[in-house]
Amino acid sequence: MATRLEAPAEEPRSVEEEAVRLEEVTRRYPRRRGGPVVALEGFDLSVRAGEVVAVVGPSGCGKSTLLELVAGLQDPDAGRVVVGKGGSAAERRTASAFMPQHDLLLPWRDAIGNAALALECAGVQRGEARRRAAPLFERFGLGRFERARPSELSGGMRQRVAFLRTLLVGRPVLLLDEPFGALDSITRGSMQDWLADALAAEPRTVLLVTHDVDEALVLADRVAVLSPRPAHVRTELVVDLPRPRRRRELVTEPAFAELKARAMEVLEA
Amino acid sequence: MRRWALSSALLVAAVAAWQGIASLPGVDNLTLASPVETARALDHDSSLLLSNAWTTLEEVLLGLAMAVALGLAAAVVMHLFRPLRDAAYPLLIASQAIPIPVAAVLFVLAFDYGIGPKIAIVALICFFPVTVNVVDGLRSVDEQLLKLMRSMGASRAATLWKVELPSSLPRLFSGLRVAATVSVIGAVFGEWAGADRGLGRLVLLGINQLQTPRVYAGIVILMIMSLLMFGSVSLIQRLVAPWSRA
Repeated sequence: MATRLEAPAEEPRSVEEEAVRLEEVTRRYPRRRGGPVVALEGFDLSVRAGEVVAVVGPSGCGKSTLLELVAGLQDPDAGRVVVGKGGSAAERRTASAFMPQHDLLLPWRDAIGNAALALECAGVQRGEARRRAAPLFERFGLGRFERARPSELSGGMRQRVAFLRTLLVGRPVLLLDEPFGALDSITRGSMQDWLADALAAEPRTVLLVTHDVDEALVLADRVAVLSPRPAHVRTELVVDLPRPRRRRELVTEPAFAELKARAMEVLEA
Repeated sequence: MRRWALSSALLVAAVAAWQGIASLPGVDNLTLASPVETARALDHDSSLLLSNAWTTLEEVLLGLAMAVALGLAAAVVMHLFRPLRDAAYPLLIASQAIPIPVAAVLFVLAFDYGIGPKIAIVALICFFPVTVNVVDGLRSVDEQLLKLMRSMGASRAATLWKVELPSSLPRLFSGLRVAATVSVIGAVFGEWAGADRGLGRLVLLGINQLQTPRVYAGIVILMIMSLLMFGSVSLIQRLVAPWSRA
């Protein structure tokens, strides 16, 4: 049976079509004392359909705010955020799937039940949701772990289940918030390769937030380097490295080293 | 294993101390029955004690069930309507200041000598720990998880049913453990206010009739009942929510 993921919608798109666009976006948080915290100011960024864009920036620079704005979980104080065709928070929510930094798997559900939660939220009955999630587990090599409880899974496996849940939301745009930030560096490396393969098999428009420049370069077509708070895009690097990419092989490439040096230079400026 | 050994040792020490004090010259055996006398009463009055214990257990279980049903409903309503939660919380706390023995008398006067007022008293005592724990449990769900549910398009009901309620199960069981332990006291007060059977009534009667060993035997059974209630709650938690405790 074919996996029904209902995305990406309305293919084929022209390469130029923008799936995500932020224009002159400002977001402030009021504080009890003193002036507001300005997370983003004059923030411009766009992601074309089918493109993987990584956003790197110093910690606390407003990266998570950026993703929540795109995900329709927050509204900007000024400027415009458009995902697909819609600019309202509800339209942004229905066009994007959000993967938080921590896996947030429910301990009382097994792995497949956790992934199926995405379908249940869309109104699919529990049994049917599990049935539809199963082929995806097979395809991504998680078939043996379908019935495992989160407590029985390693950090990397839990994150894979969380990613399948994100896919099953069935939206054209994936928003990944430091998806491997909570993992140790060895696991993180293999997860990046796994995610690269997964995205090759299930192409989506991806906006990925990370503080790991290597991760950004392994996964992305384009990297936006942010300034410290209030964040704006300082520079954009096109990652024209051939795919499929393997982190282990990539790190010895001169082109990779050069891109990394440029990103670090901008980050540390 | 070690825990059991330690518990048994403590129990033996306590009983020995009890026997020691009871055997001291000048200790009135109308106020303190020795373990031996208590054991004799347990054996001699076993059918009387057990039939009354059933009555009390029935009151306790029904009262507890009522407290859980009302407490869960109240907690969910308070959780869904935040202003109501803030308004009702002080009332909930104030309800704990109601003197239970007085309330028991009023309940019996208002209703009758039947099981109703006892159930109401048990429920009154147990409602608070259940409600407060579930309210706090519902409130303490990870903010990120709620955002995730919202981004997946979950309805308010789906979030409540699939995430918030299961998340608060461990808190519900914490509340239930407290409630189960104190529920027995509630039933006793309920019976003291007026009853024709039950362990509480038997104990009160024993005091009036100077049957001290029978009073102590009744107390021992009440203690065992409390322990069994506590243990049952833990057992049910292990069955219903095995993920919630190591």
